[in-house]
Amino acid sequence: MSSTLPATEHLLNPSGKFSGHAMTTPPRPKAARSGPLFDRIFAWLAKGSAIFTLVMLIAILASLTISAWPAIDRYGLGFLTSTTWDPVKEDFGGLVMIYGTVMTSFIALLIAVPVSFGIALFLTELSPAWLKRPLGTAIELLAAVPSIVYGMWGLLVFSPVLSTYVQQPLQAAFGHVPYLGTLFSGAPVGIGILSAGIILAIMIIPFIAAVMRDVFEVTPTLLKESAYGLGATTWEVVSKIVLPYTKAGVVGGIMLGLGRAIGETMAVTFVIGNFNQLDSLSLFQAANSITSALANEFAEAGEGLHQGALMYLGLVLFFITFVILSLSKLLLSQLRKNEGAKT
Amino acid sequence: MTTGEMLLKAAALEQIRSVKYAKRKRVNQIALVMAMGAMAFGLFWLFWILFETVRLGIEGLTIATLTQMTPPPNDEGGLANAIYGSFLMVTLATCVGAPIGIMAGIYLAEYDTKSWLASVTRFVNDILLSAPSIVIGLFVYAVVVSRFKSFSGWAGVVALALIVIPVVIRTTENMLQLVPPGLREAAYALGAPKWKVILSITLKAARAGVITGVMLAVARIAGETAPLLFTALSNQFWTSSLSQPMASLPVTIFKFAMSPYENWQKLAWAGVFLITMAVLGLNILARLWAGSNKH
Repeated sequence: MSSTLPATEHLLNPSGKFSGHAMTTPPRPKAARSGPLFDRIFAWLAKGSAIFTLVMLIAILASLTISAWPAIDRYGLGFLTSTTWDPVKEDFGGLVMIYGTVMTSFIALLIAVPVSFGIALFLTELSPAWLKRPLGTAIELLAAVPSIVYGMWGLLVFSPVLSTYVQQPLQAAFGHVPYLGTLFSGAPVGIGILSAGIILAIMIIPFIAAVMRDVFEVTPTLLKESAYGLGATTWEVVSKIVLPYTKAGVVGGIMLGLGRAIGETMAVTFVIGNFNQLDSLSLFQAANSITSALANEFAEAGEGLHQGALMYLGLVLFFITFVILSLSKLLLSQLRKNEGAKT
Repeated sequence: MTTGEMLLKAAALEQIRSVKYAKRKRVNQIALVMAMGAMAFGLFWLFWILFETVRLGIEGLTIATLTQMTPPPNDEGGLANAIYGSFLMVTLATCVGAPIGIMAGIYLAEYDTKSWLASVTRFVNDILLSAPSIVIGLFVYAVVVSRFKSFSGWAGVVALALIVIPVVIRTTENMLQLVPPGLREAAYALGAPKWKVILSITLKAARAGVITGVMLAVARIAGETAPLLFTALSNQFWTSSLSQPMASLPVTIFKFAMSPYENWQKLAWAGVFLITMAVLGLNILARLWAGSNKH
């Protein structure tokens, strides 16, 4: 579409080929003469703004590294495997938070991926045409709800429900079974890793579902119709035609959701309990994640090692999301490229 | 093989086929029912969250919520200073971030569509679009707050503006790409310089979409809490001075909701109600606006 543009640009850009002839042509109106200078200013403004985004990313990485330097210098990579977090004695390690982040995101994906797949399947293959738009919009609106709403709802409405109807029955049933019992131990308040994971899942379902729906719709209709023509059922078409065709896009969408889950702050901070120790593997044990440690401690942290350690955690977080989002972007663009080659 | 044997074999085959077919149909039905279940599951949360927000929010909402300052624990009060702070910071951040985002979007769609700078910018922009917002807060803390030795409204504005930029870049670029090249060529043929073509032809044609993008960006930052926690911090009093810590609705909600005081929690619900309505309203408005201008 825009491939025709460069040619026209080149011919007609006042600073390009034709500007030489401008001398011999009769003087143009004032507005047009101010063109070349303003044109250049405008182009530089546009380019400058684009470069600004690049600089932003580099600046974020650089400033985090510099601020985290006291901690990086002191602990090196051992920071990532140490579980002590003692602001009083100024001894810091990030494993508790990293475990919390990884575990909650894992639970979130475990719930969100099948549900999002179902929603995308429903929206692309099952839903009657008149329902498609309103339902799609509803799911997209779920993505727009600010995370603080999820967090507050999770703490004040959802946790008590989870505690009464899930945690306590589970404790009653399996509390005395070795190993399995430890998974459900903890104060019956419904706060902890599981609750944070569920809230995160609710948050990322719309993101993943929206991407999956979009990539499912990329599948050529002809391909699907041929399968239907051979007598395949809807499920067979989705699982054997659509899914293999859009594999890269689906994984990209899941990665996008994972990136969101790992970086989410408010929804997690409310319900994870903010407890800096790794005593048990219980799903109902109050724990901590990178983001909620930052949200709770950073404003009060003293300059120096404590702040450095928190910045180090921030750097780790940014690095992880950077890698995950890059992968997701790569996979999604791969699908787009394939699509271009086949049509 | 006799005819009888052949018939028998055919019948057996037919039976196998129908059993297989029945099984395939059953698998299909199970899958479809589960897909419907997933859809219902997704909507269930949406309705539950909205229902509780509206129910508890309206309960806590009074005139005083909009007119009085944030109170100390167990005292009467409202959210006026937090609403004002949010409004001020969101407005300023949009005014700072949107032009930069629009210009960068113009660069990507109109100037360099294929150069390495454009592809790198696009890539980086997509990363920044989903980067954890708390990291933006850390960055602004390191660059602004620790330099000036104080939390301030300005730092909050900078943090929010940095979140606006990627959202606006993305939508601006997409919307400009939808403008038919013929329109540009017609303008060039009339002798219009490039900046004029962009400002009064392409940007004008894509206006609805660009405004939609800005509205979505406003909706996004209106609910952002994490980047304000250690930039604007919070303030118990009314302040118009951006060089002081400034209250904002999301941060106040965070503080109040985590507290054990009943009146604070009530105010937090009222605040959550206000924010949810504002954000959802903006989103719906943006969609309607984009939809009505499409044709």
